Amino acid sequence: MNGVLRRYGPPAAVLAALLALWEAIVRLAEIPDYLLPAPSVILATIVSDRETLFGSLVVTLTITLEALACALLGGVGIAILFAEWKWIERSLLPIAIALQVTPIIAIAPLLLVYLQAQTAVLVSAFLVAFFPILANTALGLASAERNLVDLFALYGASRWQTLRLLQIPAALPYFFGGLKIGGGLALVGAIVAELAAGASGQGIGLAYRIVEAGNRLNIPRMFAALALISLTGIAIFVALAGLSRLALRRWHESAVDREN
Amino acid sequence: MSISGPNDVPNGVPIDERSDVQSDAALVALRGLDKRFKSGTLALENLDLTVRGGEFLSLLGPSGCGKSTILRLIAGLEAPSRGAVTWRARAAAKDVKKDIGFVFQEPTLMPWASVFDNVYLPLRLNGQSRRAARPAIEAMLGLVGLASFAAAFPRELSGGMRMRVSIARALVLKPSLLLMDEPFAALDEITRWRLNDDLLRLKQELGTTIVFVTHSVYESVYLSSRIAVMAARPGRIVAEIAVDAPLPRGKTFRQSPIYESGCARAAEALESAMPGETTA
Repeated sequence: MNGVLRRYGPPAAVLAALLALWEAIVRLAEIPDYLLPAPSVILATIVSDRETLFGSLVVTLTITLEALACALLGGVGIAILFAEWKWIERSLLPIAIALQVTPIIAIAPLLLVYLQAQTAVLVSAFLVAFFPILANTALGLASAERNLVDLFALYGASRWQTLRLLQIPAALPYFFGGLKIGGGLALVGAIVAELAAGASGQGIGLAYRIVEAGNRLNIPRMFAALALISLTGIAIFVALAGLSRLALRRWHESAVDREN
Repeated sequence: MSISGPNDVPNGVPIDERSDVQSDAALVALRGLDKRFKSGTLALENLDLTVRGGEFLSLLGPSGCGKSTILRLIAGLEAPSRGAVTWRARAAAKDVKKDIGFVFQEPTLMPWASVFDNVYLPLRLNGQSRRAARPAIEAMLGLVGLASFAAAFPRELSGGMRMRVSIARALVLKPSLLLMDEPFAALDEITRWRLNDDLLRLKQELGTTIVFVTHSVYESVYLSSRIAVMAARPGRIVAEIAVDAPLPRGKTFRQSPIYESGCARAAEALESAMPGETTA
C-alpha cells in the first residue's frame, strides 16, 4: 500500500495541481469557454456529449488496435525472416526504412486516393506502428548470447529449435520495447489519417470530431475529444507496459522488483 | 543411473582397442594443428595434444595463448586451418557433438528459464520429453547440491550456484569429455575452492575426462593429473607436467610436497613461456 502511494502519489499530485491551477486561472480571470474551457467544463462536455464522443472513441480505438495487431504480426514475422535469411533483410530493410522516414502525414492523403477512408486509416496506423516492432524484434533476435548460440550448435540444435528456444525468448524484452512505441504510434497514425480523411469516412473517429467541433467553434468539445485521445494513448501504453512486466517479471532486469 | 550417455565409459577407463598409436587410451588427438584467424593472427601453431581417457588435463597459459581456441577446436565449434582433430574410434562412430559437455567462463544460462529448464536443455535438444528427462535432471541437480533450487531462476542465484547449474547442464548427458573454459575465474576464492573440490568429486563419480583451461597455477596443480603449459604468439605447448596424486584431494594435498613441487614447476614453466620477462 505504502509502495503504491510512493509510486503513484507524486505524479497524481502534480497532475491534480496542474488541473486545479488551470481551473483557478480560468475562473478567476473569467476566461469564456470559447477561448479556454476549464477542466470541469471539459469533463461536463465529455459527459453530456458522451454518445457522440464515445461512439467516435470506439471507431478510433478499434482501428488503432487492428492496426497494432497487424503491425505486431507483420513486424515479428518479418523480423524472423530477417533473422533466418540475411538476404531478405538486405533486400527489404531499405524499403521498410523508406516507409518509416517518410512522414505519415504526407503519405495519408495519397492513401486516401486509392483506399476507402477506413482502410486508409488502418494502413496509415499500421505503417507507423510496424517499423519499431520490426526493428526492435530483429535486433533482439540477433542479440542472443554468443556462447549460448555456440552451446546450441554443440548440441546439434536445429534452426527451428534455436529460434524457438533461444532467439525468440532473448528477443522478448526488445520486442516489448518496440510494441510500447508501436502502440503509441498506431494511435498517432490513425489520428493523422482521420484528419486527412475528413468527413469521408463512414465511421467518424475522434480526430474528425475535433475538426468538426472546431468548425462550429465548440471549443469545449474540441478539448473533450482531445482529452479522450490522450487518455486512449495512455491506456494503450499502460496496457502494453503491464503486459511486458507480466511476461518479463521472472527474469528481466527491466521488470524485476528490487528487494529492499 | 537413470540415463546412459551416448558413450558409456565406466570410470573413464576406455574399453576400446587402442586406436591411437602414439598414446594408449587416447580419447581425442590433435595432430599438427594450426589455427589462423580471419584477422591473420596465428592463434595456434603446429600443436600436438592428446587427451587421454579419464585424465584431468589443464591448459595453463597467459592470455591470448590459444587455450580457449583449443577447446573450441575439440568441440568442433571451429575448424583448424591445418591438421586434424581425431576422436577415438568408438566415440567417432557416435554423434561426437553430443558426447561433449562445455562450460564457459560465464555460467551462460538462459535467464528466462528455471534451473530445471536450463539443465533440461541438452536433453531437450536431444529429443527427450520433460517427463522422461526429469529423473536425470533431478539426479544431476542433487549431485551439484542444487536439488531444492530446480524452480529458481538464474538471477535469484549467487555466482557460484549459477556455475553449478552450468556444470550440471554440461554433465546431464553424461558425456565422456567435459571442456571447461576458465569456469571459476570470476568467482571469489572460497567459492572457487569449493567448486574445485566439487568438480573433482563429480569427476570421480561420473568418470568424466576433463580438459580445463585456466591461468591460475595453483588451480591447475590442485585439479589436474596433467598440465600442458602454453606460450603465446603463436600459441603452442611448451611443457607438460604430471601431477601424480590420487583423488579426492583436499586441504592436506594443498600442503603436500607433490602440490608444492607441482606449483613450482608449473610457475617456472609459465614464467619461461611469458615473453619479455626473461632473456630476449
